[in-house]
Amino acid sequence: MSDGADKQNGAEAAGRPERPQPQPPGYFEGESMTRRRAFEGAVHGLGGLAVAAIALPAVGFAVAPIFHRGKERWEAVGPTGDFVEDTYRQVVFTETEGIGDAGKTTAYVRRSSKQLGEEPGQFVAVSNRCAHLGCPVRFVEAAGNFICPCHGGVYDFQGKRIGGPPVRPLDHFQTRVRNGQVELGPRYSVTSQLEPVRARDPGEFTGGIWEYLYPPRPSTFPPPSS
Amino acid sequence: MKLDSLIPAPLRKPAKPGEGNGNRGSAPADLKTAPPERPSDAKKLADRAVEAPVDVLAWVDQRTAASGFLTGMLFRKVPKGTNWFYTLGSATMIAFVSQAITGVFLAMFYTPSTTQAYHSISHINNEVFLGQLVHGMHKWGSSVMVILVFLHLGRTFFFGAYKYPRELNWVIGVVLLILTMTMAFTGYLLPFDQRSFWASVVGININGTGPVLGPYLSDFLRAGPELGATTLSRFYAIHMLLVPGAIVALIGAHLYLVVKLGTTAPPWLKADKPKVAAPVSRLNASSNGADG
Repeated sequence: MSDGADKQNGAEAAGRPERPQPQPPGYFEGESMTRRRAFEGAVHGLGGLAVAAIALPAVGFAVAPIFHRGKERWEAVGPTGDFVEDTYRQVVFTETEGIGDAGKTTAYVRRSSKQLGEEPGQFVAVSNRCAHLGCPVRFVEAAGNFICPCHGGVYDFQGKRIGGPPVRPLDHFQTRVRNGQVELGPRYSVTSQLEPVRARDPGEFTGGIWEYLYPPRPSTFPPPSS
Repeated sequence: MKLDSLIPAPLRKPAKPGEGNGNRGSAPADLKTAPPERPSDAKKLADRAVEAPVDVLAWVDQRTAASGFLTGMLFRKVPKGTNWFYTLGSATMIAFVSQAITGVFLAMFYTPSTTQAYHSISHINNEVFLGQLVHGMHKWGSSVMVILVFLHLGRTFFFGAYKYPRELNWVIGVVLLILTMTMAFTGYLLPFDQRSFWASVVGININGTGPVLGPYLSDFLRAGPELGATTLSRFYAIHMLLVPGAIVALIGAHLYLVVKLGTTAPPWLKADKPKVAAPVSRLNASSNGADG
């Protein structure tokens, strides 16, 4: 008697009828998976479900603000008589509520100018947020330009870029007149030809193919129809 | 001598070959002629007291079997030529530990609210005992940590210590570099003064300039289209919960690989040539009698 035969527990001992061997080994006839495999799969599946039940809400919680658009808010910044055609008046109003002074922003407001080929009777509100990286620009009366202190961006009277690193003109705010007061509304961006598009962050180009490379975000408002 | 007896035997530095206790097991010759004195009770108690720390450590060691791991880690071999440049990694870790400790104490006084953050920082600086010191350690320490990370990276690069089999440790190190920059970026907003506010505005907008995903990334960082009420608390949570946890875990992996793979010799050191021909000749002598 060899050792090898002993170790096979007699299953393949010579002289005995061959027992049918499961194929693949460990499976009973007709089975597609063993009991062990079935439980393994079930435990992995349930574990994955438990992880997803915790992870998905957490991730959703973190990314939800991307898809949330706040309430449209309008704020009166002064009677219509305060604003003229040939220069800007600086106004401060609240863009984001609930965070005190940090939520305020500055706009430069004037009447639309016939000389510049703008539709008469409107008000133009230019945001002071630089289109390069978001520093606050200042309107310099003597030069008739907007100038950014951070990296030297320069914009002309209409807010079009004429120098420095900015990639597009200054943003605008929607305007309307209610009860003799000029009201400022949601922000929108403009292309180099001053056509309104949905608000983009500073540093992002507008117009043409850039509209797809910097897609509009669900958190922004549609631009006014020009 | 006393100090050495406090270290449990398994933790003691192993003796070099040939320097062991040579007379082990041999009894003194005069044991029969002059039997040793019986120690007094006070002496016994004093001996026990001296042994107490060893007993405590041995108690822990019997239950954790940590001494083998610790000996392997603390007394591992380092290559010839190991020099001060090799301390940059430890220095970076110490900088991180310092940031963690001072950060915990700053968090006890800091309020991550847009209306109160600035006041809580000036409260820390002006009224809390040693507050200015701890705040200063955290503020300047962050720059120190970034500088040390880059020096450590440079050392690894110029010494060629990123090569096989240490590529994975290089990758982990790069992730740690990114996490360190994330810490520096998110921490900058927290004082919520003019400088930190506008620097964060610029930083978030730089993130937004990435094509396609950039606009969504900046919305994610701000938790909205504009810097708002939850931006500060979001940065605070990233700064003190999310990223530090990831850094601690990755430093663990980084250190494990350093201990497991060992460090490299500096590149100006060539491998030693065998000084004597003895081992070679001994190998050859048995087979063909050739001399080296």
